[in-house]
Amino acid sequence: MTAGVRWTGRSLRRFEDPALVRGLGRFVADVADRDRGTLHAAFVRSAVPAGEIRSIEAPPGAPVLTSESFPGIRTMCARLDRPDFVALETPVLATDAVRHPGEPVALVVAGSRAEAEDLAEQVVVDIDATRPVLDAAAATDPAAPTVHAGLDMPMGNNVVLDARFSTEGVDAAFDAADEIVTLDIRAHRQNALPIEARGALAAHDPSTGRTTLTAANQMPHMLRTALADILDIGEAELRVVTPEVGGAFGQKMCVPREYVALVAAARLLGATIAWIEDRSENLLASWHSRDHTYRLRGAFTRGGRLLGLDADIVCNIGAYSNYPVTFGVEPLMAMAELPGPYRLSQYRVRSRAVTTNMCPIAPYRGVSRPVLTLAMERLMDTAARRLDLDPVEIRRANLVREFPYAMPTGLPVDPGSYVETLDAAAEALDLEGFRRRQQQAAAEGRYLGVGFSVFGERTGYGTPAFAARAMEITPGYETVQLEMNPSGDVTARIGASPHGQGLATALSQLLADELGVEPRQVSVVHGDTDTTPYGWGTFASRSMVIAGGAAKLAAERLAAQLREIAAHHLEASPADIRLEDNSAVVAGTSVGVTLPEIARIAHHSSHLLPAPIEPGLSVSATYDPGGTFSNACHAAVVEVDPDTGHVRLERFVVIADAGLEVNPMIVEGQIHGGVTQGIANALYEELVTDDDGNLLTASLMDFLPPTACEVPLIEVTHVQTITDASITGAKGVGEGGAIGAPAAVLNAISDALSPLGIEVDEMPATPSRVRELIRRAQSTTTGDRT
Amino acid sequence: MKPAAFEYHAPRTLEEALGLLHEHQDEAKVLAGGQSLVPAMNFRLARPSVLVDIAHLPDLDRIEATEPGSVTVGARVRHLDLEHNTIGGPLGSLFALTGRWVGHYPIRVRGTFGGSLAHADPAAEWCALACALDAEIHCRSASGSRSVGAGDFFEQMAFTTCLEPDELLVGVRLPELSDSCGVGMAEFARRWGDFAIVLAVTAVERDGDSIAGARIALGGVAGGPVRASNAEAALAGRPATAGTVAAAAAAAAEEVDPTGDIHGSADYRRDLVRAMVTRALDQALK
Ligand SMILES: Cc1cc2nc3c(=O)[nH]c(=O)nc-3n(C[C@H](O)[C@H](O)[C@H](O)COP(=O)(O)OP(=O)(O)OC[C@H]3O[C@@H](n4cnc5c(N)ncnc54)[C@H](O)[C@@H]3O)c2cc1C
Repeated sequence: MTAGVRWTGRSLRRFEDPALVRGLGRFVADVADRDRGTLHAAFVRSAVPAGEIRSIEAPPGAPVLTSESFPGIRTMCARLDRPDFVALETPVLATDAVRHPGEPVALVVAGSRAEAEDLAEQVVVDIDATRPVLDAAAATDPAAPTVHAGLDMPMGNNVVLDARFSTEGVDAAFDAADEIVTLDIRAHRQNALPIEARGALAAHDPSTGRTTLTAANQMPHMLRTALADILDIGEAELRVVTPEVGGAFGQKMCVPREYVALVAAARLLGATIAWIEDRSENLLASWHSRDHTYRLRGAFTRGGRLLGLDADIVCNIGAYSNYPVTFGVEPLMAMAELPGPYRLSQYRVRSRAVTTNMCPIAPYRGVSRPVLTLAMERLMDTAARRLDLDPVEIRRANLVREFPYAMPTGLPVDPGSYVETLDAAAEALDLEGFRRRQQQAAAEGRYLGVGFSVFGERTGYGTPAFAARAMEITPGYETVQLEMNPSGDVTARIGASPHGQGLATALSQLLADELGVEPRQVSVVHGDTDTTPYGWGTFASRSMVIAGGAAKLAAERLAAQLREIAAHHLEASPADIRLEDNSAVVAGTSVGVTLPEIARIAHHSSHLLPAPIEPGLSVSATYDPGGTFSNACHAAVVEVDPDTGHVRLERFVVIADAGLEVNPMIVEGQIHGGVTQGIANALYEELVTDDDGNLLTASLMDFLPPTACEVPLIEVTHVQTITDASITGAKGVGEGGAIGAPAAVLNAISDALSPLGIEVDEMPATPSRVRELIRRAQSTTTGDRT
Repeated sequence: MKPAAFEYHAPRTLEEALGLLHEHQDEAKVLAGGQSLVPAMNFRLARPSVLVDIAHLPDLDRIEATEPGSVTVGARVRHLDLEHNTIGGPLGSLFALTGRWVGHYPIRVRGTFGGSLAHADPAAEWCALACALDAEIHCRSASGSRSVGAGDFFEQMAFTTCLEPDELLVGVRLPELSDSCGVGMAEFARRWGDFAIVLAVTAVERDGDSIAGARIALGGVAGGPVRASNAEAALAGRPATAGTVAAAAAAAAEEVDPTGDIHGSADYRRDLVRAMVTRALDQALK
């Protein structure tokens, strides 16, 4: 390694991968298998969406635990401190009522999962089924059943959040408009579908009285706190470990009832118990996501300037709140961020959360942003078609170009490259050439289309942003502890909890540059509450920004300490010491001392250190930024088969701006995965229930993630706008792929079908939905059925 | 997602297998490639207490020209072997065309022809092929043997055939297709490898520029595979033109009576019938 070459910005292969690709990664099920004597749990779940529990009968003497088995246990209840919020309590196991299909009612324990399933079948839960309410709009009807009977609902039946915001001149903006575009957007229910479903292993050690929960989870410290609060025990009695986690996407962020029950059971029985969720349970009763409707009205000038925006947003949040972020995260984020990167001064919004007898919702990659971006981008394209403008032109007329910019809600947007990425995407697709090809194809009866999606993604936000939602539990900061050990290697202990993102590699690159060591010498310790500082885990595109920022601050402190010791040793001034190539050298000379030598002195000859330097080389730093917007333009080219409604993706282009890219390959990987999930959202994945609430997509035969055969090559181009909103210069990029893709795809389908006058505002745009739109359009134009 | 407890037998002879089926009757299930049965057991939708694995039975894995003008495919010939056109001629081409639509590669490595027919998924490619060609299905039990035409083998209820619990499907006899016969297959599924929403299997006998006769079977539109007989009639004796194909496709869409499910309404399936029949016929007439 030659001096001066920096590691940051290089596509280093991920240190995490060799173990994973060789099958050496240890996931919770592997850990459970390794421990002899592990018992296996299965949950007895409600078969109906709503009802009163009359009785629970189990074979005599069988290890079947119900809420009665845990008298001391509390309910789970996360709160927002706002007057328009109704808190919902979740019992760990259903007590007298069941409120969604698959709600856990009892837990059984046996020697193997198969035997646990046998036993679960023998538990008879007698439920007096009542009429469920499944749809958010229907649920607000005063005559609809009330999901949480007895709870005061001052804002309307089943309405648990009703937030409003308006600027002063919205009506005037609509009065002044040349064109008003109204749009109804529907995003159906989804499951985040990590390859590894949820799973946990609770081991109680009677000798210490401590319980260790090894779990597929993204927020280990929060999980420990939640367990302690709910079980009413001290946090010192608990340890949470997250081994390899096979994807999470938000589904492993909120605290599952099952994990709490498992820990309670392990403590009650003094045993080691595993629960490895299967796919059907996961699809039925893990957290669901999306399920939003938006009614949008946009006031435009003839030239396409957006003067005003009026939105009514309804989120079906299911039967209970998630913990700790609450159901408020969906409607409140949608409300705060809807206007996106479009210059707009007049904005009115109403955003509601409605409780129903559906599985509860938790954040999923992008949270509300895939849907709000879909809404805004569909609005732009629909308006463009009405006003006979080009989709690129209407966006250029409205996109923010001057920074800092504040959204009408006051949200500050730091510098980005909104117009630049749009122009680059149009160029990458050769938009003019495409339009010619589109016309030729049309002459042959083929339907090609192009769709753009421009968005900003608020990332890396600390406590100020969460505090704005008035959360009782306010996440946000990150702490990194750094230690150089006597051999000169570095250990970084982090509160973030990577689970596939490659954060250990990226942090090693960053730390290597700060400390003058090689990335390989850095080991990153995460996912164990006994060995890492308290932190908030990995979610919300935050880790590189916040944990990375904390790592940089900690490294600066450690570097200062190294320089001081080196300066003392070399009889120079600390300001003249450079750290590079594993050495501390006096600038402009060849005089130096190696880092391992300094480390030896610090640890083993600490009596030689000048006061006030303390023995050892250990520092800690915390970072809590306000947030930074990354941005991107996605563009899709599709061909729609008019006979079948099938959408083939021909090209997918992403021009992404994530600020400073510590490892561009990792950034690209994040985009590829996100876009794939966005395509899933746009075209494939949907949880469907029948009118009685039965889930009809309870396996991967019916819930359809796209495969390598359906996803085209994703062409990524990188743009880097560095702002001082992030001390590393990095912006978050974990969710952007999933946020931008649905709108690009639906816009492309609508463009392809524009000769038929079709606009596609519902996702997923399944072949049968698309064909239905075509059939209707054809029968109105030709007057007969085709 | 673990199966309920079961007993497992791996007989080495046909007699032994038939004896076990006779002894356990509807407590028992035949295990062939396991690509449908094992998932169903894991979901506990199927809970046989006895499994009779036919993997070791001799002879059932052969493709043979038993009589002139026909080919007999053994029950446990794998999907992949048929996809690789081991038969030859237009019949072999039809098998090859159809086979690559059955699931994914690993499934085709294990799954069997006989298993597919016995399982009788309404959208199974092999069931439609057997129906199109009026295959003759050979069944054996401890008490004897019988042959059943495809038309009688499949009940018009999903996953139901005329097989008795103690009967084993041993082989399927199919007619050779003449060299003037064109074959075609079209399928629409949400993703590669998924079960079809609608599929069409066709074999068209040419007579110069005309169509002498045609066979069309559809999957995904009823409880079992069905013949589109009105469409077949609309082709017989007609010139091989786009107009004839369109008329036949319209007739097929008209004569089916599908039910809707989460992947498509009845109307949607009708639309797909028209599209798939058009595409399969275009291919057959190429
Ligand atoms: C992901 C996936 C996708 C798939 N996609 C498709 C698809 O697109 N198209 C398709 O057609 N199939 C598909 N399949 C199913 C596959 O083709 C199976 O191989 C086939 O349906 C059954 O054959 P098998 O040999 O595996 O039978 P098994 O699973 O072993 O048995 C199936 C049933 O038939 C009975 N049976 C089997 N053999 C006999 C016999 N000789 N006599 C009497 N009864 C018997 C069994 O008792 C059982 O009830 C898919 C499977 C999977 C897992």
